Amino acid sequence: MALREGALRLNLLLNSRTFYKFNSSVGVRSLSDNVSSKPVTPSAPEIAGDHLIYTQEHFALKESLRKIIDQEINPHVEQWEAEGIFPAHKVFKTLGSAGFLGVNKPVEYGGLGLDYSYSVAVAEELGHIRCGGIPMAIGVQTDMTTPALARFGSAELKQEFLLPSIMGDKVACLGVSEVGAGSDVSSIMTKAVRKGDEYVINGGKMWTTNGTQADWICLLVNTSDGPPHRNKSLICVPMNLPGVQIARKIEKLGMWSSDTAEVFFDDVHVPCKNIIGQEGMGFTYQMLQFQEERLWAVANILTMMENVIQETIQYTRQRKIFKQPVLHHQSVHFRLAELQTEVELLRALLHSATALYIKGNDVTKLASMAKLKGGRLAREVGDSCLQFWGGMGFTSDVLVSRFYRDSRLMSIGGGADEVMLGIICKYMDTLPKK
Amino acid sequence: MSGRVLVGVKRVIDYAVKIRVKPDNSCVVTDGVKHSMNPFCEIAVEEAVKMKEKKLIKEVVVVSCGPQQVMETIRTALAMGADRGIHVEVTGKDYENLGPLQVSKIMAALAKKEEALLVILGKQAIDDDCNQTGQMTAALLDWPQGTFASELSMEGDKIKVVREIDGGLETVKINTPAVITADLRLNTPRYATLPNIMKAKKKKIANVKPADLGVDITSRLEVLRVDEPAQREAGVKVETVDDLMARLKEAGRI
Repeated sequence: MALREGALRLNLLLNSRTFYKFNSSVGVRSLSDNVSSKPVTPSAPEIAGDHLIYTQEHFALKESLRKIIDQEINPHVEQWEAEGIFPAHKVFKTLGSAGFLGVNKPVEYGGLGLDYSYSVAVAEELGHIRCGGIPMAIGVQTDMTTPALARFGSAELKQEFLLPSIMGDKVACLGVSEVGAGSDVSSIMTKAVRKGDEYVINGGKMWTTNGTQADWICLLVNTSDGPPHRNKSLICVPMNLPGVQIARKIEKLGMWSSDTAEVFFDDVHVPCKNIIGQEGMGFTYQMLQFQEERLWAVANILTMMENVIQETIQYTRQRKIFKQPVLHHQSVHFRLAELQTEVELLRALLHSATALYIKGNDVTKLASMAKLKGGRLAREVGDSCLQFWGGMGFTSDVLVSRFYRDSRLMSIGGGADEVMLGIICKYMDTLPKK
Repeated sequence: MSGRVLVGVKRVIDYAVKIRVKPDNSCVVTDGVKHSMNPFCEIAVEEAVKMKEKKLIKEVVVVSCGPQQVMETIRTALAMGADRGIHVEVTGKDYENLGPLQVSKIMAALAKKEEALLVILGKQAIDDDCNQTGQMTAALLDWPQGTFASELSMEGDKIKVVREIDGGLETVKINTPAVITADLRLNTPRYATLPNIMKAKKKKIANVKPADLGVDITSRLEVLRVDEPAQREAGVKVETVDDLMARLKEAGRI
C-alpha cells in the first residue's frame, strides 16, 4: 500500500480550496517552458500489439511496479545510499505482496507461473530505481537464489525456503563466490562433509549481496572429492545457524545501498534434506540459470542507461556555456545519439534473446553477448555523460555520478567480461584446442 | 437495490508530463504522450473496491467514455478489483468535444440501466479541471450528491459524507441512491498487484455507444483557441518605496 506521502504529489494539482500544505517530492505537471513535451518514453509502441515480446499485461505490470518504485523506493534512495544499506525485509515484503518477486515461479508456492518475458519486464522497470544496489539485491532474490530451488528442490524444501522468499517474508542471498574463487567457480573450497543425517559445512563465501540481512543462503559447496564439475551441491542454509558468521560488511566503490558481506561457516550443521536436488549436481544447476541471470542484468541496466542519457539531455539543454546550451554543441548531441543507438541495439538483442528463450531455445551465446555489451556500454554511457555534466557530474548530488560508480560492477560481477568472451569464443569455435 | 456501484474513470495525460500546445493552437498535444487514469478516479475506484471488500456493496462496475485506448484505463480499474467494465465508445471529433454535460448524461443513463446504488466519480479531472460531472449527474438523476468526499460511511440506507470545504469539514447525511465525488484524502489507492493484473484479463468489458443509451452527445461548446499561460517575466528590484509607487502607477496597477 502506498504511503500517504505518495498521494501528496497530487496536492499541487488542487485548486486553492485545499488548506493543507504539503511538500511534493515528485514533479508537478508543468506547462512547457522551451522544452518539448516528449516525456521519457521507452521505445515501446503505445499499441501493445506491435511489440516483439510484450503484451498489454506486461505494460500493466510495468505501470504498477513503477508506482511502487516511485512511491515506496525512490523517495528513500538517497538516505539508504548514505547509510550503506536498505531495509530488505520491508522492501521485499512490499514487492512480494504485490506479486513481483515470483513472476516466473510456480503458482503452488506463491509465484505467478508466467514466462521469462515477464521477468525481463520487471527487470527493465526496476531500472527506474535511482541506484544500482537495490535492483541488484532484488535480482539476487528473484533470479539468482531461487531458480534452482524452484526447479529441483523437494516440496518440503520449497515450502520452507521458496514460498517465503516469493512472498517477501524471507531475504535470500547467494553463496557461490569465495575469496579465492570468483570466475573460476569450480575451484571453490567450502566443504560439506556428510555426518549421519547432516552435512557439516566449513569454509567461507565472499561478495554475498544481501548477506548481512539474509534469512537463508543458497550455498554452493563441495560434497565429495570427485571431478570439480561433479562434486558440488547446492544447499539451503538458514543464516541463523550456529557457526554462520557474518565477518564484515564490505565497503565498495558503488552499489552502496546494497549490503555485501563476507560470510564464514564454522562447523555449521545442516540437515541433509536441505540439499537442492541431487548431490553432485550443484555446479550444473548453477550453470543452468546463468542465461536468465545475465539477461536480467541487461534488462536492468538498459533502463538505467536510458534514464542517464535523458537526464543528461535535460541538463545540457538548460546549462549554458559560451552563451548557448551545452546540448547545442555538435560533439554533445552527436555523442548522445551514438550512445542511444547502441542502447537500442542492446535492447534488440535482449528482446530477441528473450523471445527465443521463452520458446525453449538455448540462448547462452546471445545472453553472454548481451551481458558483455551491457557492461561495456554502461561504462561508455557513464563516462561520456559524466563528462557532459561537467563539475556537477562529479558531485554526489546527481544520478550520473552514482550510475558511473554503480554500473562499473556489471563488467565484473555475474560473470566477468573475460568469462563472457570465453563463452562466445567457445560457440565460435575459436578457442585453442587442448 | 442491487448493491451495485458505478465508478466513472477518465483517461487523461499523465500528471508528470510537460504539456505542450499544438502549433495551430487548436488543442494540446496528445499523440505519443503518456496517459494514465485520472488520480481522483483512482481514488474513486479504490473506495468502491474497499466497500465491496467490507461487503457493503456487491458489485463494482467501472465505466469510461472514449476511443479504444480507454480500455487500458478500464483494465487498470479491473486490476484494482472492479468486477466488470463498460466501454462507452466515443471517437474522433465527438471525443474531442466530450465534456461534463455529455458524460453526465451517459452516467445517468447507465446508473438507471444498471440500477446503481451509488455513482462514485473523481471530484475533477486533471486535464480540464471542470469539477462538474458528478454534480450534473446527480442533477440529471435527481439524486442527492456528496461531493469532495474525504470520508464515507454507510448508515443503513443512508450515507454519511464528510466533505472538504473552504472553511473546514462538513458532514452531511444523504439518502441512497446517490452520487459521490472523491477528494484527495478519501483513501490511498492500492497498487494493482500482478496476480490481479492477470485476473483482470478474464473480466468482461461491455461495449456500448451513446446512441444505445439514448444519449445525444452533441456539444454546445466550441473551443476557439488554446494558449499557454503567458511566460513569466523577470521582476524588477527598486531601491525605495517611492520608486515602487512610481513604477506601480506607471504600470497602471494603482
